[in-house]
Amino acid sequence: MIEFLQHLGKSTHTSFTKLGRATYFLLQTVTGILSVLPRPGLLLKQMYSVGVLSFLIITISGLFVGMVLGLQGYYILSDFGAEETLGVMVAASLVRELGPVVSALLFAGRAGSALTAEIGLMKATEQLSGMEMMAVDPIKRIISPRFLAGFLSMPLLAGLFSAVGIIGGQIVGSGLLGVDEGAYWSQMQAKLDFQDDIINGVIKSIVFGFVASWIALFEGYDAIPTSEGVSRATTRTVVNSAFSILGLDFILTALMFGDD
Amino acid sequence: MENSLLNFPHLAIYAMDNSALPQNSLVSVKNLSFSRGNNKIFDDISLEFERSKITAIMGPSGTGKTTLLKLIGGQLFPELGTISVDGNNVHRLSRTDLYNLRKRMGMLFQSGALLTDMNVFDNVAFPLREHTHLPESMIRTLVLMKLQAVGLRGARKLMPNELSGGMARRIALARAIALDPMMIMYDEPFTGQDPISKGALVHLIKSLNTILGLTSIIVSHDVQETAAIADYIYVLSEGKVVGQGTPKEIEQSESDWVQQFMTGAADGPAHFHYPAKDYVDDLLSTGKRY
Repeated sequence: MIEFLQHLGKSTHTSFTKLGRATYFLLQTVTGILSVLPRPGLLLKQMYSVGVLSFLIITISGLFVGMVLGLQGYYILSDFGAEETLGVMVAASLVRELGPVVSALLFAGRAGSALTAEIGLMKATEQLSGMEMMAVDPIKRIISPRFLAGFLSMPLLAGLFSAVGIIGGQIVGSGLLGVDEGAYWSQMQAKLDFQDDIINGVIKSIVFGFVASWIALFEGYDAIPTSEGVSRATTRTVVNSAFSILGLDFILTALMFGDD
Repeated sequence: MENSLLNFPHLAIYAMDNSALPQNSLVSVKNLSFSRGNNKIFDDISLEFERSKITAIMGPSGTGKTTLLKLIGGQLFPELGTISVDGNNVHRLSRTDLYNLRKRMGMLFQSGALLTDMNVFDNVAFPLREHTHLPESMIRTLVLMKLQAVGLRGARKLMPNELSGGMARRIALARAIALDPMMIMYDEPFTGQDPISKGALVHLIKSLNTILGLTSIIVSHDVQETAAIADYIYVLSEGKVVGQGTPKEIEQSESDWVQQFMTGAADGPAHFHYPAKDYVDDLLSTGKRY
């Protein structure tokens, strides 16, 4: 029993210590953004690495998710003779939920893990330490541009995911299953609300981008500088990001759509 | 210092530190104690590093030689004691002042620590681009001069993964002298190098010291190479300075520690075996995994 309590105490202490380090790291990172702004080249390079290189996986995933939604939606809606509202169903599902959430999960898996591995290996090979000794703050030079890039890329990727998904739904619904194309688009335009649906979806994706980038960069920066340490940190990035994104999605959904 | 004190009166304390230093000392370590967990790395040691000289820190692996360099560079904090570099108490400086001091300190890491997403040219240009507003044409000239000094001007387009270990260290050395520092700290510069690379590095370190007047601190356990160029040597073991003097004095030292290290004896004051319980008892202990 004593051993269990000791173990529990130690784990709690370790967790809170890590949370404290992560919060301090976030404060330094956010402050460091000020020094990134006068150097847009740094930001653009990272936006390419984090955002543009995620383009393919987001596009293909969005297309298939939209096609599946079109298929499933058609079978359910046609039972009620409401297949012409397929566009609303596909678009609302994507813009409100699947766009921000799935793209954030893909972002964590593709770009987040890459960020953790990159930073962790930079630490293991003394590149971060070397920068410090060259009087260059690695937070400002390495971390903040990547954080800002992730933070800005996420809503764009989520928007891309939703847009391609809506086209995927239309290809299946109108192209293959015979839903009227005009009804698909006009119902969508009539029913989707800019504030309730689109803006809330964008807010979600901004929050997810913030959290996923924070976790990925912190895990890399805090990694034990060995191959095993970096490997564990990369795994933690994907797992912790997934939990955080899904948990935050529930909270944000309850806050945004709770009164509907 | 007087001018700067007019502008920055809070720096007066460093001026006081400066007066306490031996006149020719660039780096002064006083009564330093440092631990990692329960492991005492340094126990009240004092060292002086003279200007324009090559001072070597030698000792067996795990004696905290690299840790000492990180303490001098302000990357680690001592438990007790002070470290002064050019009259500045490193651990009492503000972050800005510490970074300003580091611009005048070069460090050559054991791994080279080259930035892997940049080619050789950009690696050497990195500190110049970060800390100066020089035009690219001038940066090019300076980078080529530094690369010429280490004999690798022709390798400017190579990426770090295309370099041999010796080349990577020479590039890292070119980067370390890019801002014309007052001192360079070398962390195990000869480890893992073939004889030709070792010879090249020995020659470079000595040349930089002689021609540029750089103060050099070499951390190494390569006895011959280090003793060949060092002006003064400290031998560390178990958190203490167990020997110090010129290479000749060290060679003639009667200290068992120093003799064991210099001759490479497998056993002596530094034991071959890591502390463990009795060997026979250990073998006869059954039912334990380890």
